[in-house]
Amino acid sequence: MAKICIVFDRLRTEEKMLKKEGLELGHDTFLLDAKTTKINTDSKKNDFDFGDVILQRCISYFRGLHFTACLEFLDVPVINTFQVASKCGNKLIISLLLKKHGIPTPKTYFSFSSDVALETLEKVGYPLVLKPVVGSWGRGVIPIKDKDTADSIIEMRELTDGTHDRIYYLQELIKRPPRDIRTIMVGGQAVASMYRTSSGGFKTNIATGADPKLCEITKEMEDLCIKASDAVGGGILGIDLMEDEKRGLVVHEINNTVEFKALSKVAKKNIPKEIIEFTVNSLRK
Amino acid sequence: MNCPECDGKLNIPDDAAVGEIISCPDCGSDYEISKKDGSNIELKLAEKVGEDWGE
Repeated sequence: MAKICIVFDRLRTEEKMLKKEGLELGHDTFLLDAKTTKINTDSKKNDFDFGDVILQRCISYFRGLHFTACLEFLDVPVINTFQVASKCGNKLIISLLLKKHGIPTPKTYFSFSSDVALETLEKVGYPLVLKPVVGSWGRGVIPIKDKDTADSIIEMRELTDGTHDRIYYLQELIKRPPRDIRTIMVGGQAVASMYRTSSGGFKTNIATGADPKLCEITKEMEDLCIKASDAVGGGILGIDLMEDEKRGLVVHEINNTVEFKALSKVAKKNIPKEIIEFTVNSLRK
Repeated sequence: MNCPECDGKLNIPDDAAVGEIISCPDCGSDYEISKKDGSNIELKLAEKVGEDWGE
């Protein structure tokens, strides 16, 4: 029996499912609110009860990342690790890693000033998809179809001037059916997969109303997802793929702290059970 | 328990846990359960959706 600590900052169905599954499997499983935890540079592991292993489930990416750094400082094993989480949280890093590992991925253009971003759009041609390098649930993902839109969007970026707004991530618009594929990887195993069909717009995120349908995991899909998982260092991940009309499957994102409420309704495997078993088994390695 | 904002009746399930979000059906305010001791429940205003929220 292991003692599993599930760290959260907003209690969602997923965290409750994980706790229930952990308890049913006979593990002492408890929830810990990251927002109420105090850590300092003199802290020691024994000052806290973090159990044997921590499942990092914060909904806030930066809170989860920095909390994980503190936990690893205390030598507490965390899933996913800081290294994995820091890579997955940044789309630019993921695009580079996918390409470096020979995984088919949409062609993506990076520029570091508004002038060069506009030059790229003019040179490559429209449409291109502008994505924030850090962001989720499809927020800020904008297909840019003409120069007027490009000028307006880039001008808005300059006005908001967020910490990552000077990094322009422009991706080719993949010709695909109005859906993408989300595969959940747990410890390098493809556990479940779903089509996320757009509710009418361009985006296919469940958070924007996309409809989940079970997707059979093909050998090709599995191989790509294993490679993608290895590219970031493994763990519990959500791999997003698109079906390009010409090239076939391309991987465009790897997600940390994956949400599985929608997929668990249609999946054949018990996703929280797979996650708990992987978490406990990771202690034996 | 009533909504601190509009005094509407909040529906808090018996199995609600600390950290869970309760929305007021009348005004839409979101509250997080900050303490729970039997039927004694304390609420605080829930955090707003952050730019870095999600997966």
